[in-house]
Amino acid sequence: MATTTPAAPPVPAPARAPRTAPARRTRRSGWWLPYALLAPAVLLELLIHLVPMLTGIWMSFTQLTRFTLRDWTSAPWVGLRNYQVALDVDGAVGRALLESFAVTCAYTLLVVGTAWVLGMAAAVALQRPFRGRSLFRTLFLVPYALPVYAGIVTWNFMLQRDTGVINHLLVENLGVLDDRPFWLIGGNAFASVVVVATWRLWPFAFLMLTAGLQSVPDDVYEAAAMDGAHAFRSWWSITLPMLRPVNLVLVLVMFLWVFNDFTTPYVLFGTAQPPAGDLISFHIYNASFLTWNFGAGAAMSVLLLLFLLLVTGVYLITLNRRSRRA
Amino acid sequence: MKLRHLAAASVPVLLLAACSSGGDAADDGPVTLTYWASNQGTSLDHDKEVLTPVLEDFTERTGVEVDLEVIGWSDLQTRIQTAVTSGQAPDVVNIGNTWAVSLQATGAFLPLDDAAMDAIGGADKFVATALETGGAPGTDPTSVPLYGLAYGLYYNTAMFADAGLQPPTTWEEMVAAAQALTDPAAGVYGMALAAGSYTENNHFAFINATQNGAELFDADGNPTFTGDGVVDGIVRYLDLMQDAGAVNPANAQYDNASFAAADFANGKAAMILNQSNAGATIEANGMAPDAYGVVPFPAPQDAVSDVASHVAGINVSVFGNTEHPDEALQLVEHLTSADVQTTLGRPFSSLPVLKDATAAFTDDAELAAIFTEIYNERSAPLPLVPAEDQFETTVGKAMNAMFATIATGGTVTADDVREAMQTAQDQVQASVG
Repeated sequence: MATTTPAAPPVPAPARAPRTAPARRTRRSGWWLPYALLAPAVLLELLIHLVPMLTGIWMSFTQLTRFTLRDWTSAPWVGLRNYQVALDVDGAVGRALLESFAVTCAYTLLVVGTAWVLGMAAAVALQRPFRGRSLFRTLFLVPYALPVYAGIVTWNFMLQRDTGVINHLLVENLGVLDDRPFWLIGGNAFASVVVVATWRLWPFAFLMLTAGLQSVPDDVYEAAAMDGAHAFRSWWSITLPMLRPVNLVLVLVMFLWVFNDFTTPYVLFGTAQPPAGDLISFHIYNASFLTWNFGAGAAMSVLLLLFLLLVTGVYLITLNRRSRRA
Repeated sequence: MKLRHLAAASVPVLLLAACSSGGDAADDGPVTLTYWASNQGTSLDHDKEVLTPVLEDFTERTGVEVDLEVIGWSDLQTRIQTAVTSGQAPDVVNIGNTWAVSLQATGAFLPLDDAAMDAIGGADKFVATALETGGAPGTDPTSVPLYGLAYGLYYNTAMFADAGLQPPTTWEEMVAAAQALTDPAAGVYGMALAAGSYTENNHFAFINATQNGAELFDADGNPTFTGDGVVDGIVRYLDLMQDAGAVNPANAQYDNASFAAADFANGKAAMILNQSNAGATIEANGMAPDAYGVVPFPAPQDAVSDVASHVAGINVSVFGNTEHPDEALQLVEHLTSADVQTTLGRPFSSLPVLKDATAAFTDDAELAAIFTEIYNERSAPLPLVPAEDQFETTVGKAMNAMFATIATGGTVTADDVREAMQTAQDQVQASVG
């Protein structure tokens, strides 16, 4: 096979220019070399990603609980029962999952939306050179550079009812409120987790949009200004369309990260997470590890994966169609 | 998502285990046991310092080496789950005693039949209620008690004396004293509770329900959280904050008993419900040991039972796939021997799990006697069913949410409690099958 004319080469053909005699000889005798070089990576990819994912999918069809965990490969097959339980909104498990899903949807929309608006505003504000611009850039990136755990634990301290600096500011310094509210339990917990997650995420949007803005040539803005376009008009008609490819990826990536966010609720609330902070990754973790219901937890994970795939697919197809039409 | 982590962790381990099988010459050379000890002292290193001489004594006596790893509480359950799955387990491991039956259900632990029990010194040496925690009734236990703990009602002697109050012997007296000592304007409350800790909350759901004569599971292991006795017990406990107003609403955020202990030591609370190891936290916050007293957590006047605590503490188990069961049992015998219990009692603030032993966790003989009496005579094990740990999480977290409602100005009625218990019960039932 290797000696015949390569009508359909099994590997990407090398660029034409270096097709010298020695190169051709190497290709004939060492056709297997690229495969051999790729093999470790493929093997590791299989081990690291594919095998656990397939194991997770398989688990979702089994009754993997404390009774079967020891010999987990022979856990009894229960077909779709775990999915039925997870999707049955009349049952306690399904209802709790649905509530967690609803909280997570609201959380994702608010966090991604706010982070994008803040990131865009900051990127545009820092687009033109001025004194101290690099200082602002550095400051804006601090939340992104901080170790996640340290950042969120600090928020936890700040949001404490009696000792936290936020209530101190609101009640003692500004006198906006008479009574110290709770921020980490009850209804306010949702607002708290949204604020903390937005604080963590927006510098990423800022970074990506700043990079994107570098690619917009100045003369386009100059031409628009000559035609009498205001700042908002040139943002709407130039910046936004030019940043379309960046935004496409940025919003998608932020959506996936935020929807799957585990660290923020886990560190902010600890084991005492309030219902308003019961985000879906954390919910699945609890279902799996605190109640030893790994089969049900796996089914919830697969449902989450399917939902994210669906949303991602629809998002990409819709936006691609629109850009083709444009 | 975490499930993938588990699979990601376990698959390579399994492959490696398969690759390395064969070649172990178990009979040659000295035997080495692996021992996973849970964190009991002030830090993991402190535990190592305390345990190393004890384990060196064991090696000297038996020739068996021990490889010690101290594991923090937050990791312990997950580490045990992974060990059960992968088979890469230690020989001997500490477990929270309330998980004993849940862990027994995995079948991964060595059942302690009569012969094994004899090897560790006989079942008779243990405090009877403590030994009950070791497994489901009617089965060979898979763990034995190692460190004992019990709840007590700590009270500030000066505050009680100033108000002309006696330490309470009934629930009603406790509430009356708590109300009398509450002065929100001065920032002082009658009681402090770890009302945001699901572990503390489920313990008091159990103790209050048991005082009412109620059970949390029926004979088949199905949850019965909506029974009147359970609901009434939970309402009674919530009412310390809601109805009596004797608990600072800020306590709804206390997810750890040490916050309540700190309030107590700082004079912000006249009473706390804490386990017998709270002394160190109280003293670390500046309260002298003679400034407080302890009495058993009181039951209502018309209570069915005067149970004052669940049997709290740590058990020790041997993994079933150990290559050295005899040596592992020798280690368990050593750790539960009278000498070692005395040695470890002080640094780990634990109550002895052996009959007739004297508590070494304090110099105060009266305090030692009260806690020993509570542990030996007035404690009951948490439900001995496989789904027990699910009771802890579902009921405990439901109570967190109800305390949060009360603290943020809402009202929780008996019907609300029953509804929350119905949800918790349905969740547990769904996994019990």
